[in-house]
Amino acid sequence: MIKKTNIIIGVLALQGAVEPHIKMLKQLGVDATAVRSPEEIDQIDGLIIPGGESTTVGKLMARYGIDKKIIIRAKEGMPIMGTCTGMILLAKEIVESAQLRLGLIDCAILRNAFGRQVDSFEADLSIDQIGEPAYRAVFIRAPYALKTGDNVNVLARHNGRAVLIRQGNLLGCAFHPELTDDTRVHEYFLQLVKDWVKEGSAC
Amino acid sequence: MGKKGDKMSEVEKSTWKTKVGLAEMLKGGVIMDVTNAEQAKIAEDAGAVAVMALERVPADIRKEGGVARMASLRVIKEIMEVVSIPVMAKARIGHFAEAQVLESIGVDFVDESEVLTPADEFYHIDKHAFKVPFVCGCRDLGDALRRIGEGAAMIRTKGEAGSGNIVEAVRHMRSVVSEMNRLKTMRHEELMTYAKNLGAPYDLVVEVAKTGKLPVPNFSAGGIATPADASLMMQLGAEAVFVGSGIFKSQDPAKRAKAIVDATTYYNKPEVIAELSMDLGEAMPGLDIRQMEEKDKFSTRG
Repeated sequence: MIKKTNIIIGVLALQGAVEPHIKMLKQLGVDATAVRSPEEIDQIDGLIIPGGESTTVGKLMARYGIDKKIIIRAKEGMPIMGTCTGMILLAKEIVESAQLRLGLIDCAILRNAFGRQVDSFEADLSIDQIGEPAYRAVFIRAPYALKTGDNVNVLARHNGRAVLIRQGNLLGCAFHPELTDDTRVHEYFLQLVKDWVKEGSAC
Repeated sequence: MGKKGDKMSEVEKSTWKTKVGLAEMLKGGVIMDVTNAEQAKIAEDAGAVAVMALERVPADIRKEGGVARMASLRVIKEIMEVVSIPVMAKARIGHFAEAQVLESIGVDFVDESEVLTPADEFYHIDKHAFKVPFVCGCRDLGDALRRIGEGAAMIRTKGEAGSGNIVEAVRHMRSVVSEMNRLKTMRHEELMTYAKNLGAPYDLVVEVAKTGKLPVPNFSAGGIATPADASLMMQLGAEAVFVGSGIFKSQDPAKRAKAIVDATTYYNKPEVIAELSMDLGEAMPGLDIRQMEEKDKFSTRG
């Protein structure tokens, strides 16, 4: 039991803000590694799909067989957190777009939902799961979940819009926790990973 | 401010974090020069992370001469309508009125670019005064830190745009990276003199000495024409690449664009680059920089 190996979190490194996630995870004392292939995705205990351009990342996923592998691991119960682009790619539906998605979270996502870059903003969010004080979130050409299924919990809203959602082992985050100094969203995700790993080693 | 229990959280738009944040999101990607909506669509379909709208690609500006200005606003608007990825546009160096106009129509990034004919031979734009983020070119660390000091949220090498020749981009990237490495090994008392010699803001020099990297993303531009060129720049320390004439001046733009996108992701996998480089058709024609006259170089502007 005690010699259970360290948890390894993969950050999908096809394109986007990979490094800030890795830096934050390391700061939390966790092994974090950039992953770019299906084989590498087999070696990890949790996955972060970072912010980037969802059309670019979706295409690269499909070209290199990464989408299929992520779906398999998600169905095994491996926790996955998608931030911004990652949230879009996890969704079942992307409003007015035929672009590739993983179709894992039962929700409809609206892209660039708060406007173009000049409308990008920071705002305080109240998130019960991470407690006080308010969480200062950075939104960049951000999406939100327009509709969510009954099995999806909305953990945070901004002006009524769902910006942090959870469906079992999957977390969708419209903002960028990796661009702040506040580690609480990552800690919340890490807890999901730890619980999952513990469950696995118990059987 | 933003007291606990306030009904509305305090919202701040266009902060430094959101500006540099967008640049972060473009890392590992390819930004492609386009001159119309049709090309923008091809770029997006190939997997570009953003498009750069301009009137003529650098190779044509070089060939046709004359004054190169900000692109037609109608064309930029059309491009913004057909693609969902960020749309960048170029303004002339120092031409803050062009930048204001670009910001007002909602472009996502302004490139204060030496590829256009400079509007001011002494001063660059005060980029902190804008809501829209800016990218600027550099030849060395001094250039880079001066532009960041003025408010650039992203830096790119100048390279020699429209030449199809990677040599200048390599020179500029090596210069920036080696100067940063030197800074890291310096004692604190050496930094002021070094800052003076670089002509760079002291506090930014201190920051680079501490972190060993630029405080904003560091991309490469100017002369990238093949998947291997993209791989080279990424291996030399670029965090993403801009491709100008290299795509739409080649024989098969869609195929080449896609290959350069993939090569930027798998830049350290030669076997993938090899596969991608097969059957791409002709690359754009190239120019020997050593045969060029000083007055024909874009990289010495600004």
